[in-house]
Amino acid sequence: MSDLAPWVEVVLRAVAVLAAFLVLPLIVGQTEHKVMAHMQGRLGPMYAGGFHGWAQLVADGVKFVQKEDITPARADRWVFRLAPFVALIPYLVALAVIPLSPTVVGADVDASAVLVLAVIGVGIIGTLMAGWASANKYSLLGAMRAGAQLVSYELPMVLAVASVALAAGSLSLVSIAEAWKPWWLLWQLPGAVVFLVAALAELQRPPFDMPLADSEIVFGAFTEYTGLRFAFFLLAEYAGIVVMSLLFAVLYLGGWSGPFEQWLGWLWTVLKGFLVAVVVIWLRVSWPRMREDQLQRLAWVWLVPMALLQLALTAVGVVVFP
Amino acid sequence: MADGMIPGLVRGLATTARSLTRHTHTAEYPDVSPALPPRSRGVIALTEENCTSCMLCARECPDWCIYIDSHKEELPATTPGGRARQRNVLDRFAIDFSLCMYCGICIEVCPFDALHWSPEFEYAEVDIRDLLHEKDRLGAWMATVPAPPALDPGSADPAEVTAAAKPARGSAGAAGAAGAAGGTRGVGLPTRVRRETATATTPPAPTAAPTAQPQPATEAEPATEAAPTTEPAGDQTRVMPAAERTAALPVAERTATLPAAEQTSVLPPADGAEAEQAADEAAAQGDSTQVLPTVSTDEEGRE
Repeated sequence: MSDLAPWVEVVLRAVAVLAAFLVLPLIVGQTEHKVMAHMQGRLGPMYAGGFHGWAQLVADGVKFVQKEDITPARADRWVFRLAPFVALIPYLVALAVIPLSPTVVGADVDASAVLVLAVIGVGIIGTLMAGWASANKYSLLGAMRAGAQLVSYELPMVLAVASVALAAGSLSLVSIAEAWKPWWLLWQLPGAVVFLVAALAELQRPPFDMPLADSEIVFGAFTEYTGLRFAFFLLAEYAGIVVMSLLFAVLYLGGWSGPFEQWLGWLWTVLKGFLVAVVVIWLRVSWPRMREDQLQRLAWVWLVPMALLQLALTAVGVVVFP
Repeated sequence: MADGMIPGLVRGLATTARSLTRHTHTAEYPDVSPALPPRSRGVIALTEENCTSCMLCARECPDWCIYIDSHKEELPATTPGGRARQRNVLDRFAIDFSLCMYCGICIEVCPFDALHWSPEFEYAEVDIRDLLHEKDRLGAWMATVPAPPALDPGSADPAEVTAAAKPARGSAGAAGAAGAAGGTRGVGLPTRVRRETATATTPPAPTAAPTAQPQPATEAEPATEAAPTTEPAGDQTRVMPAAERTAALPVAERTATLPAAEQTSVLPPADGAEAEQAADEAAAQGDSTQVLPTVSTDEEGRE
């Protein structure tokens, strides 16, 4: 790649990241369709595309494109129209800096762990914009809940990542994954649990989907959205699953390290990330939605102390076993 | 964060994981035809040859969704000098399945088995007006009607078989006499059964001895059971239930509940030929209500 002219390389990397950004969420979505269906004793989509409904999400995308793009009369037009992109693009940026292997990475940045966490936090602004601009009380309620959720769960998440960074002695995701050793699975286990729970909450995935809570506030901040803009919000959710799963694989499961890593390489990262995504789907199918107060309580009473303990444990480990 | 929460969450995960590994319950209907229960009620089929245009189905239909048109046709006399006969010819038989509520009353009410339930159910149409099906379409569904279920072992022959077994109408003399004899014998049957019960119930009345009462019941029941076996089958089915009800049931109730002195007031006509005749009529009509109210009114009077 380094032989190419710089601008060609930039374009190629951008296209590759964009392709991954468009394909991986669809794979996760299709997996969710089928895994959830079979966990509920159903078959899921069977017709689209001919073989076990593999093209169902493509068909859904075509449907969304055909639908009318409605902006409510009393909506704050520009904010309303901009919100889906504000929600979607941070995950694109995050995906660009997550390494699948030391070489397969969209953009190798120093302190990429910090960058990813910072960028993911921006996505919530899209939800807040959507809720505010919709001129709909359900949307506003959903957006407020989403904001409260982010404030609560960002802290344990950052603490958990800080613990791993402390253990590896680096803020670069590539360095963290290279410093990873199998016994970290046990050492960083509390942090891993905290990260997974906080990631679910950040993505507003069940059981933390209080901001959407379709049985009480319609569809939260996305109530007024139609067509392609609504599809972008959904795409943002699944892109978020991809980003969080890959991040979990890189931070806590050693990324590309594993048997035959010289041949498999980045496939290991993708495989581990996929398994984490399946777990995310599994939790959605199995567990009921948490109430707002339970949700806040879980964050402040359990996750933050656990993350702080993990940080202390990591610090002791780093000092005692250098 | 109650203590019971974590096991519950783990159990939830285990449940979904288990159903992931098991077979799904989805009915893949258009690809795999469903396994319908026997004698499913999908659509109403018509045997046109059986229909006499009697209009019973059309009139009983709660939705008025059956349309029948017919005309009369004159059949020439079969014998020289005979009378020409008329018969109904079915012109149109249509069922509007957009109105039909699948109650099956038309099928129940048809005296000639012209209508049948078919398990066929795939006759949806794009336009609701296309659901009015004429007799050719209704007749085509007859091919899907399952054969009638077998009779229970030991049950009586179907009416058609009994009718076919009867001697032909032409041989008048001997068969007519036999029929008349059978008729008288059939009428005589309840008389005999009833006489035994009457004589069995009346004796305790004058003696007024409670110890003698269980006996009439034990005497009457073998009589009712034994009597029909010697009689023709046709009479047996008609008379048996009435005889059993009039003889066994009230006697058992009386012996269980009433002192003998009051029994005389229950059955005032239970002596002589009048009692026999009354019992005869009750048994022939198959009407046990004539006997039962007397018992109940008597019980009220006793209290």
